[in-house]
Amino acid sequence: MASQLTPATETEAAEIIRDHAERAAPLEIRGGGTRAGFGNAVQAAATLSSSGLSGILTYNPAEMVMTARAGTSVAEIEAALDANGQAMAFEPPDHRPIMGTTGEPTIGGLFAVNASGPRRITAGAARDSLLGVRFVNGHGEIVKAGGRVMKNVTGLDLVKLMAGSHGTLGLLTEVTFKVLPRPKTAATIVLSGLDDEAATHAMAAAMALPVEVSGAAHLPESVKSRFLSGGLPEGPATVLRVEGLEASVAVRVEKLAAAMQRFASTTRLGPEETAVLWREIRDVKPYADGTMRPLWRVSVAPSQGEKLVAALRLATGVDAFYDWQGGLVWMRMEADPEAEILRRYIRALGGGHATLVRASGAVRASVAAFEPQEPALALLSQRVKAKFDPVGILNPGRMTTGEPA
Amino acid sequence: MTEAIKFLEPDAAILARRKEIVDDLAELVPPERLVHEPVELVPFETDGFLAYRRRPLAVVLPETTAQVAAVMKYCHRYGIPVVPRGAGTSLSGGAIPQEDAVVLGLSAMSRILDIDYANRTATVQAGVTNLSISDAVGADGFFYAPDPSSQLACTIGGNIGMNSGGAHCLKYGVTTNNLLGVKLVLVDGTVVELGGKALDTAGYDLLGVVCGSEGQLGIVTEATVRLIAKPEGARPVLFGFDSAEAAGSCVADVIGAGIVPVAIEFMDKPAIEICEAFAHAGYPLDVEALLIVEVEGSEAEMEAMLASIVEIARRHGVRTVRESQSALEAALIWKGRKSAFGATGRIADYICMDGTVPLGQLAYVLRKTSEIIDRYGLRVANVFHAGDGNMHPLILYNINDPEDAARAEAAGMEILKLCVDAGGCLTGEHGVGIEKRDLMRHQYSDVDLAQQMAVRAAFDPAWILNPSKVFPLEGRE
Repeated sequence: MASQLTPATETEAAEIIRDHAERAAPLEIRGGGTRAGFGNAVQAAATLSSSGLSGILTYNPAEMVMTARAGTSVAEIEAALDANGQAMAFEPPDHRPIMGTTGEPTIGGLFAVNASGPRRITAGAARDSLLGVRFVNGHGEIVKAGGRVMKNVTGLDLVKLMAGSHGTLGLLTEVTFKVLPRPKTAATIVLSGLDDEAATHAMAAAMALPVEVSGAAHLPESVKSRFLSGGLPEGPATVLRVEGLEASVAVRVEKLAAAMQRFASTTRLGPEETAVLWREIRDVKPYADGTMRPLWRVSVAPSQGEKLVAALRLATGVDAFYDWQGGLVWMRMEADPEAEILRRYIRALGGGHATLVRASGAVRASVAAFEPQEPALALLSQRVKAKFDPVGILNPGRMTTGEPA
Repeated sequence: MTEAIKFLEPDAAILARRKEIVDDLAELVPPERLVHEPVELVPFETDGFLAYRRRPLAVVLPETTAQVAAVMKYCHRYGIPVVPRGAGTSLSGGAIPQEDAVVLGLSAMSRILDIDYANRTATVQAGVTNLSISDAVGADGFFYAPDPSSQLACTIGGNIGMNSGGAHCLKYGVTTNNLLGVKLVLVDGTVVELGGKALDTAGYDLLGVVCGSEGQLGIVTEATVRLIAKPEGARPVLFGFDSAEAAGSCVADVIGAGIVPVAIEFMDKPAIEICEAFAHAGYPLDVEALLIVEVEGSEAEMEAMLASIVEIARRHGVRTVRESQSALEAALIWKGRKSAFGATGRIADYICMDGTVPLGQLAYVLRKTSEIIDRYGLRVANVFHAGDGNMHPLILYNINDPEDAARAEAAGMEILKLCVDAGGCLTGEHGVGIEKRDLMRHQYSDVDLAQQMAVRAAFDPAWILNPSKVFPLEGRE
């Protein structure tokens, strides 16, 4: 059993890391551990968690900015925002259902994996909301980057580098992020009966309208019954969300429904069902199935998602549904991970990347969880990693790229 | 003009080899794409930060990524500094060269390569101007969101270098939020692609750190940017207040009420007078502070939002409310705001500062700014993006009076420090360039800066790319 280190202060965290750097002793970096199993396995005798660094430090709703220690639970953050009618625009997903984990998701963990839900297509990813960070690098130095204002181009944007670096560049100790007013209401248009290709066209047409669609997903027949307790109309469901002030949502839904008539028959969901449906899409409900069957998160150009799935279906057993207008494909494989064929097809369709989110221990040991990079980029990533963590003690091996050469 | 900001000493060995270097460069690009005659180099001596100028060794204006790569490979081999340049509109001296540097101008690479409405992306060469992207897709109902005031002239490559913003970034974000991918020539001439048409990229967010790196990590030759469906309509409204405090608290309450307009612009009395005299936009002259609040969407949506905003403004004692009733009126309201820099230039020389402060500190920072300006015996006009706290004090002075110029520069530096001390930052959208380089230590500790410089060195170990900029000259890794 690896030892658990849970520092209570940033200074203590820095001392621990400095000590481990001096001894070249690897550390597994984690927040609440709700994404344990994400990325490649890390061999480390000790685990360093940010969960002891907790608490909201500043929050001024009129400035739309919050600063919190990295180990603060997402639930605490969301409750504070909710009390002021605000929310994180990128709709952070809860990965516990698909990962089969327990524990509390932390705000630091969320930014460390750049976890972003359905609204990513218009509101940006977690990284787009992240304004500033404090972290401890692999030397044990406390570094701050960015700030707490919306517009800041002072020096290099290390904030973006930290987002999605999976604890391989530093232990996040504090994050400052932008929040937005929570939409006053929301509605969903459901287009019924479209196949994946037709749905892709319909979603592209919807996104091109001036009605500010804030979510566009396609739920093929194989997964549809897993949403809204089977309450969606018959046939595959292509779902489009509109959010905002009452009056404006009413007007925009009318316009959207009228424009979508040419693709399929439409029905509407009110605010409550809309909230449930998009939370289920966000949390990948169909594949929260208690299994370790390989689950992929694929990011491609929105128009290419269905082509990728169609090609794969000819070669292997795959079940899939689409978020981000088709650009985020959640794929569950029947048996084997099929990494090689999946990645080959992605390249053939113009690029993107596939992340193995969940798999059995045996599969994880043999398949690179993250998309392998071409040599020049891999080298650059390795150099960047070495500038934060020259000894290579922070989550070594978690990302296939970015390890010291 | 003073020369308070130092440049790196030019490398005498490179200067001595100038002719040889020019001859070598002539092998790499067509003859008309190489500028080396002293008189032809003059336009490249400075950018929008006119107080400083240096004549570069030579200028190349490549037409292809392959030519850029060849020039980079050559300069890397011989350790020759390279200063990338778009349209030269930088206000912080980001594109000012140095005597031993080759300027790599991207303005000839100005083709739109691909417009993809299904994925809502445009892929363009780095020298394409910001506005021409929106122009190319406007008839089909789309636009490219970041809108710096220089958008008619500035290039997308320069926008990426500076992570540019503009008035409408409150809702749509700045360049980094609208950039999906780039083709990047690394310092040794290697060409890599970062990102693409997918929304998220794999591995470390190198695209995120390249954006806003002020030409220090590589040369962007192509970019893929997000296109957004144009709203049905947009309507700016003018609000006149008796004090900056009232205007400031109105902004806070609008956002606190859950309304995010697409833009909230602030002008103080001197700025109102200057802009009105130039643009005849119908700005009220009897108020101390003016807000331009723009909402967008359908008629019904705009009506609903405006009703709430007007009610909030009334609670803060608004003196004038003027809704634009036509496209012409709307254009006029923006013309006044967008011509602020040009209009100010008609009445005096000025330096435009660019700090950002937390919204709650706006009124305090405005008050302290005017105290600083009074102490130096100068005048200031304030015009800025109030929605995101990005301030632009325009400090008026006489460029022909060295003492006046020195005072203006010193006052500007004090104001920027004030922004940082109030919890903000040195630059919101113009970049550090040479202008704010020596203030970086005011915002960052030595450890913070060392980490940034280490990342810079991961891309450019020998500090060849735009070396006089961004980081203090002392203590570089």
